[in-house]
Amino acid sequence: MTPLLDVQNLSVKFPTRGGIAEVVRGISFTLGKERLGIVGESGSGKSMTGRAILRLIRKPGQVTADRMRMGEVDLLAASEKQMRAIRGSHISMIMQDPKFSLNPVMSVGQQIVEALRAHDRRTSKVAAQTRAIEMLDAVAIRDPERVMTLYPHEVSGGMGQRIMIAMMLIPDPEILIADEPTSALDVSVQLQVLEIMDKLVRERGMGLIFISHDLNLVANFCDRVAVMYAGRIVEVCEAGRLHEAVHPYTVGLLNSVPNLQNPRPRLEVLKRDPAWRDAPSVVASS
Amino acid sequence: MSALTIEGLNVWFGEGREHVFAVRDLSLDVEEGASYGLVGESGSGKSTVLRAITGLVPTWRGSMSVMGEALGVGRTPAFYKTVQMVFQDPYASLHPRHTVDQVLSEVLKLHGFRDIDARIDQLLVDVGLGPGYRFRYPHQLSGGQRQRVAIARALAPDPRILLLDEPTSALDVSVQAEILNLLTDLRARHGLTYLMVSHDLGVVGHICERIAVMQSGEIVETLGVEEMRRLEAKHPYTQHLLDSSLRSARG
Repeated sequence: MTPLLDVQNLSVKFPTRGGIAEVVRGISFTLGKERLGIVGESGSGKSMTGRAILRLIRKPGQVTADRMRMGEVDLLAASEKQMRAIRGSHISMIMQDPKFSLNPVMSVGQQIVEALRAHDRRTSKVAAQTRAIEMLDAVAIRDPERVMTLYPHEVSGGMGQRIMIAMMLIPDPEILIADEPTSALDVSVQLQVLEIMDKLVRERGMGLIFISHDLNLVANFCDRVAVMYAGRIVEVCEAGRLHEAVHPYTVGLLNSVPNLQNPRPRLEVLKRDPAWRDAPSVVASS
Repeated sequence: MSALTIEGLNVWFGEGREHVFAVRDLSLDVEEGASYGLVGESGSGKSTVLRAITGLVPTWRGSMSVMGEALGVGRTPAFYKTVQMVFQDPYASLHPRHTVDQVLSEVLKLHGFRDIDARIDQLLVDVGLGPGYRFRYPHQLSGGQRQRVAIARALAPDPRILLLDEPTSALDVSVQAEILNLLTDLRARHGLTYLMVSHDLGVVGHICERIAVMQSGEIVETLGVEEMRRLEAKHPYTQHLLDSSLRSARG
């Protein structure tokens, strides 16, 4: 079976005054109808990987790869016009903070309807309205008719992120990239939003790339986890077996989290080994 | 002796129809040398409590006292020598065009210290940076290093009490571990009293011995860290917080 997404030797580079900064250094992975988690610290290149797939990296940034295909479509060779047709309707992305990614001067309803009609002109305004309400209902928003008329500043963070999820899922994409979808939210709301996202992704048989710095969260909501360090994948493991991880970086990350149930007088601090940086990237193919 | 006592604190914002209570009838008592945690979700008023103590919010009623001295409307230099605050976002809380040296020497001058040179070096050693960082600008520092500078700035007047407003929530877990270890060491070395605000129960449980849970401006429950570890929460909201925190931490 051809995977939904097939990426070979992806690199992202930015020219800087001090030379070329290679933020993603030759990573390879495939994505089927599954949930793939990408974890790492800030600066490990995880968000850049997500953006590179959607070709959202602007010049002077350079994206190179031996292969980057979505099904039969070559994402590297696609024109900007073709990419616009792919973004949203085939591959969609949920960004970190709903405060910055929702349009502040459009009502929630208008934005969702726009997202739908941008990809499917045949849907009438009335039908789009109905589907938007259904979608808001699917992301567990109470009284969706009322929420349709609200503006982003009138909704809470958790609600804003559920609206984002509704907007990204309404064109029925095959792949969803969620870039830290809950890190701007409270713990108590975080789980609710993730559970909704998880349920919809599974019901619709989509592929999910879940980018996060939170290893434990990723382990709970993904099938496979790829751990990134300095632009490379250092370890890939099944989410359920994360605690059997062997790479010292993964182990270090796991141990640096304060745990309520197992208190320790001192938290373990990562001792970074320069060799991690130079080790070849692990291939994350399913 | 109590380092910090708050009784019947109310804080409000806005007037007329906009009038809203951010903190309602809140009382707490922090012993000297203790570490006290305030947890709750965004909007529960936990940061507002810290801001009211430091005098950043003028609209409050109730009584607050620090080291036995009652607080009025204004704050004296002596207050700021006793109480200092570390803010959430080290990217926003340092002046982008001041070097570490300028940031620290300004505080030291304000508090009338004379041996500024030696103190700056000592502060930088204390927070694990070393004198080599003295003439750097914030953009030349990582997030964790910036937070160390922010902690050094708070320690500069040699305070007794540190108010910590989500000091690690903007940092990576690996860097968070370093900062939490630093806070543990500093408290032991200087005999500091901490009042820490966080929404992360793991972090609060690591640093604090006693925890107050806030919801819509009120403390709904206070419990010791051991009770929290044994999940002996009585209030349903605390149980909900514990539950979501444990579920996101494990399978």
